Parts: sequence; C-alpha cells; structure tokens
Amino acid sequence: MDFTLTETRAMLSDSLRRTLQRGADWAALVDLGAPAALFSEEMGGFGGAGFDIALVFEELGRACAVTPMLDSCVLAGGLLADCGEEAPVAAIIAGEAQAALAHWEPGSRYAPDPLMTVAQPMGQGWQITGHKAVVVNAPEAGLILCSARMPEGAAGLFLLDRDAGGLDLRDTPLMGGGTAAEIDLRAVPARLLHADASSLIEARIARAALAQCAEALGLMQAIRDLTLDYLRTRTQFGRPIGQFQALQHRMADMLIEVEQVRSAVINLAGQIDSDRVTRERHVSAAKVLTGEVARLVCEESIQMHGGIGLTEEYALGQRAIRLSMCDHRFGDIDHHLARFTELGRLTAETAP
Amino acid sequence: MDLTLSPDVIAFRDDVRDFMRAELPLRMTEKVRLGRQLVKEDYLEWHALLRQRGWLAGNWPRAHGGAEWSAVQRHLFDIEATAANAPRILPFGLVMLGPVLMAFGSEAQQKTCLPRILADDDWWCQGYSEPGAGSDLASLRTTALREGDHYIVNGQKTWTTLGHYANRMFCLVRTDPQAPKKQAGISFLLIDMDSDGVEVRPIRLIDGSAEVNEVFLRDVRVPVENLVGTENDGWTIAKYLLTHERTGIAGVGFARAGLAALKRIAAQERDGAGSLAENALFAARIARVEIALMAMETTNLRVVAAAAAGQAPGPESSMLKVKGTQIRQEITDLIRRAAGPYALPFQADALAPAGNTAPIGPEYAPAAAPQYFNNRKLSIYGGSNEIQRGIISKAMLGL
Repeated sequence: MDFTLTETRAMLSDSLRRTLQRGADWAALVDLGAPAALFSEEMGGFGGAGFDIALVFEELGRACAVTPMLDSCVLAGGLLADCGEEAPVAAIIAGEAQAALAHWEPGSRYAPDPLMTVAQPMGQGWQITGHKAVVVNAPEAGLILCSARMPEGAAGLFLLDRDAGGLDLRDTPLMGGGTAAEIDLRAVPARLLHADASSLIEARIARAALAQCAEALGLMQAIRDLTLDYLRTRTQFGRPIGQFQALQHRMADMLIEVEQVRSAVINLAGQIDSDRVTRERHVSAAKVLTGEVARLVCEESIQMHGGIGLTEEYALGQRAIRLSMCDHRFGDIDHHLARFTELGRLTAETAP
Repeated sequence: MDLTLSPDVIAFRDDVRDFMRAELPLRMTEKVRLGRQLVKEDYLEWHALLRQRGWLAGNWPRAHGGAEWSAVQRHLFDIEATAANAPRILPFGLVMLGPVLMAFGSEAQQKTCLPRILADDDWWCQGYSEPGAGSDLASLRTTALREGDHYIVNGQKTWTTLGHYANRMFCLVRTDPQAPKKQAGISFLLIDMDSDGVEVRPIRLIDGSAEVNEVFLRDVRVPVENLVGTENDGWTIAKYLLTHERTGIAGVGFARAGLAALKRIAAQERDGAGSLAENALFAARIARVEIALMAMETTNLRVVAAAAAGQAPGPESSMLKVKGTQIRQEITDLIRRAAGPYALPFQADALAPAGNTAPIGPEYAPAAAPQYFNNRKLSIYGGSNEIQRGIISKAMLGL
C-alpha cells in the first residue's frame, strides 16, 4: 500500500500547477503534454491510468481552468482510442482537434436507456436520426461521437459527418464555464465505430466521472483556501472572524469532508480498471460523496464570506458555480445512491 | 499510488483470520454479537488466547515483549478481530500506559510494570476526568502534596471505565497548586486501588450498563517512586497518552462489523411485501453510511501510512475521530430503527452477563436501543468532537 505519487506523476502535477498558476491557455496545456497524460502509450500518450486522470483534473480544478480536457480527451477521445481510431486520437493529443460525445437525450436524465436516437443503414454507411441533449464541448468539436440504437436494439457508436446536412446545433454557454449544444439529427451520415458499445461507453463515463470528481476535489481545495484567507483577514467586532468558534468548527467540518472526497477519488482511481460492479460501485460512491460535499463547501463558503461571496468580481463565485454543477453531469446524488444499492445487490461484498 | 496489500501483509491477515476461526470460543463471540455485557473473566480469557499467540501487545516493540506490528498490520488485525466478533483488547495498560512508561518511565517502572501488563497481573484504569475537568482537562483539582517519601492524594476522578475491576490507576494530579499556568503543576502518578482512602462507586448509564465509575481519593498515600517522569511535567505525558489513545480512534473495524450487522438485520426485517433492505428510503440511508465508511477507511489508511512513514499522528487523528464516530453513531441509529417496534422492550436481563431469558422479538432486538444510547459516548469521550474540531481549526487550518 502506498499513497505517494510516482516521481513522474509528481513532476507532472508540479509543472501543471505552476503552468496553471501563470494562467495557462489550452495551447500551453497541450505543450505541457497534459492531454497525452490521459492516453495510454499504445495510443500515443504516456499515461491513461486512473491516477493520471486524478492528478491532471485535480490541478485543473484547483486553478478553476475551463478546458475541453474532460469531454475531448477522457470521454470522446477515450472512446476513439477504445475503437482504435489512431489518427483522430493523435490529432486530439496534439491539440489539433477537439471531440465531444453526444450520448444523453432530452428526457433521459442520466440514463439514456433505451436510446431514442436511431441508426439506419444507408448504402455502405449509416444515417442517424434523433435528439441529443446538452452535448458539452460540441460547438468547439470537429469530431462528434454519437450513440444511437441499432436496428436490432444494441447501442451503436458513430462518428458524425460534421459537414453533411441534417445536423443542427443550438449552442449555449454553460453555468460554470464552457459550452454545449442541443443537437438535432435528421438522417445525418455517420461512420460506425462500434456496433455494441454500451459497456465501452459505461467504462468511459466511469473515467469521466473520476475526472470530474478529481476536478471537484481541486475546486474544493481552492475554495477552502480562499475561505481560510478570508476568515483570517476579515475583521468584525474588533477581531478576525476566524477567531469565532462557530466559524472555526464549520471550517473544520469542511476540511474533514474534503478529505473524505480525496479518499473517494483515490478509491475510484484505484478501482477504475477493476471488474464492472466494483468499478461502478466506486463511481457511484465517489459521485454521491462529491455531490454532497460540493454542496456543503459551496454553501458554507458563501455563507462564511457573506455578500462578497456572491459578487462577480470575487474569485469565489465562479468556483462555487463550477463545483455545484458537477452534480448535474454523469448522475446526481440521488441517481447514484439508488445505483450504489442496486450494484450492491449484485455482489456479496459488504465493502471493497 | 498503490491500493493493493503486499503478499506478506495478506499472509498476516490470513493468519489472523485463521486464528480467530480456530481459537475464539463461540460463547464469547455470541456475547459480542448479541451486544451482551462482558465481564472481567471474558476479557482475561481473550487476552490469554492472544498472549499465547504472542499477539496481545501488537503495538509494543519486541524489546518489551510486543509483536511490533506495522500500522497496517494493526489496522488489519483490528478489522479481522471485529469481523469475528472478538471482544475488544482492553486499552488501559496496553495502549495507554505501556507507551507512556516506555517513553517517560524509569527503568525500575518499566521493569516492574510492563511485564505485569503483558501478563494481566495488573488491571489498570485511567484517572483523567474529574467532575469539574472534562473537556477542560487541565483544570483538574485532585492534589498530590509531598510529605516525606509519599504524596498525599485528595480529590475525585470520574468516568473511570471498568475501574471496578482495576487494581491500579494511572492518574493526573496537581502537585503545584500555585503554578502560574493550569497546565503546569500537573504530574502523572501511579496509584494502588487497594490503598486506604480509595473508594470506587459505579455510575449507572441510561442503557442499563455499569461500565464507568467515580473514584474518590481521600488522603491516599502514594510512594514518590510511583511518579512517572518529572514532577509538574505531567501535562506533556497526558497529551502523549491522548495521541496514542486516538490511534485506531476511527473505529473502522467496529464500523464494518456494525454495517454488516445492519445489512443482515435489514434483510431479515419485513417491510410491506418485501424486506426493509428493499425499501428505497432505508436502502439509501444504508448506502450513504456505507459510502462514507468506504472513504473513511481510505482516509484512515492514509493517516496510517503517513504514521508508518514516520510522521507523528497529529491533528489528522482528530479528523478520524470526528468522522469515525459520526459513522458509528449513524450505524447504531439505523440498527435501532431497523428493529422497529421490537426496539421498545427494555430487556436488561437479555443483555446481563448471566441472563438467560429468551429475548422478546428477534435476537438483535434487546441490544438495538441500548447500543444506540451507549454509543452517544463516542462523540464525547477521548476529547469530545467539539474539542477535536478546535484542534483541527488550530493545528490544520491555523485559525
């Protein structure tokens, strides 16, 4: 058992933190090799393991960086790698292309099963028809992957022809930064990547959830530090408000809970390549804890700041929004509480 | 980062598991499983089994007759023992006083006391809290005034766990009432319970148990050689002991065993057409506490690993105390609720050491509510959770 980072990972974490502190843009992160850290060596990267994902996203979260990293590299890029699509993956790693995954649908909430978007054979290829909801990073993505129900019912995975007709994107900015699109597909030509992709997609969403929880962990630490600074410097009733026990104890509880999230992220990173039930139970456990603690950290930090915490110019607000919105992707607390129990019925284990 | 256990650690865990299966008598594990009160003989029998195997003092160095386990080994032993419904190992001599004597005791004290702890020749109890000194321990008022070769001790200790079985007590006393700071002027003294002027009175608790006592000290004569460390420097020792007391404070083993029991009970309790475990609301409550426990186990291991790497168990143990006790209290609350109406009958006889009445309702019913009430103590003792939050905000947050 060992809870320290390997030397390579410690170096990456270090240089990422320094680069991000200088306000790095996407090009700088690509230069640093951050996307490559999320892909295995066979796919032209130098990482791709659970702990690589965890450390990259914790740093992104700490800096409150808004990047296409999660959608382009972990989610859609990861699926392209799963399907052996070397050229697009190389372009993503080099920062020459971005990708997005169109999977969730209007009304499907967090579990699009069965898919309402359908695939029909058309000559040598396929045509996709349906609707996809809140496709994050789609406006920036040249490569849009899309899930659709095959004629015999399985979930197929396709690469859409971006330039053909029938594809309609309605772009929107997102709470907490980034962009997304509502996608309307009318017989859009597409290339089949995988004819039965549901387990591939689930495993990639697991990695995306890990990335998101790690990013949330980084955001929580940034918010904790901001709040600590404020408690030390803000004076009321003739002394720094951090001297009031009511606030000290709330801060202590926040710290305890953030460390719980760190442990949940470590657990998930360590089990990300385990059997499905073990992996997914850890996904749900991490999502539940992250969702609950995210709410605690956001609400408590704003409350302890007072009005300044709600202003646009102060650093807290944007971070609090980005952190809160984590619960709205890949399943919220309630979704994962129910799922954790369901998965538990599939295993006799009481704990890992 | 590597969450897997090394092969030798796995071999150790399997040894412990085999030992529990082979050596633990069923009548002992049944008492623990059903939440019945244990008596002195139960603890001594359990200690004797461990002593035979060389595992009684896992935390002690070999030089003093211990097993010198690593922090990870101690953790695994704890988990296996609680999973097997073993009684707890009494901490007073082995976990509290032993390390103190090794660090601060004279050679003579080490030579006489340590082997007697290992052999269970002495049963130690802890004389820390007083009626007026709880969370504010340093305000203690029991005095020990020097008179020739003796200290004359006067005062009152309280919450003395299993003091009615003890023949010796390690005690914080005030040797310099005039000291400028309340932390100064305190000394660490070893007292024979059969000395004249020592009186032990039981305190009955709301769950029907009588684990804790008041200890009255009236003109008790204690030889000066029973002073540990330097006179008036006992606060340093007091804090050292508390840090050791807090290792293992997360109570992962207890929490795991409690969660397993909770799941069994929920599966057994009927609820409408199915079981309580299938009730979505109750299942979500179980899921929440299980998820918290999964994370806390890793938090615990992170602290354990840091301790093994030589970093002192510092304020992180306060974090574990708060989270660990929250989780254990939540589990006992859910067990109480799972028992439903059968938590109502107060079945003291079914929990008494010699009781043999058949329980009303399922076998887990008699202990369900008493254990819930008993476990309120978890967030109070060993430094209340409010004291722990104070330590965290001072030491880890710098507030």
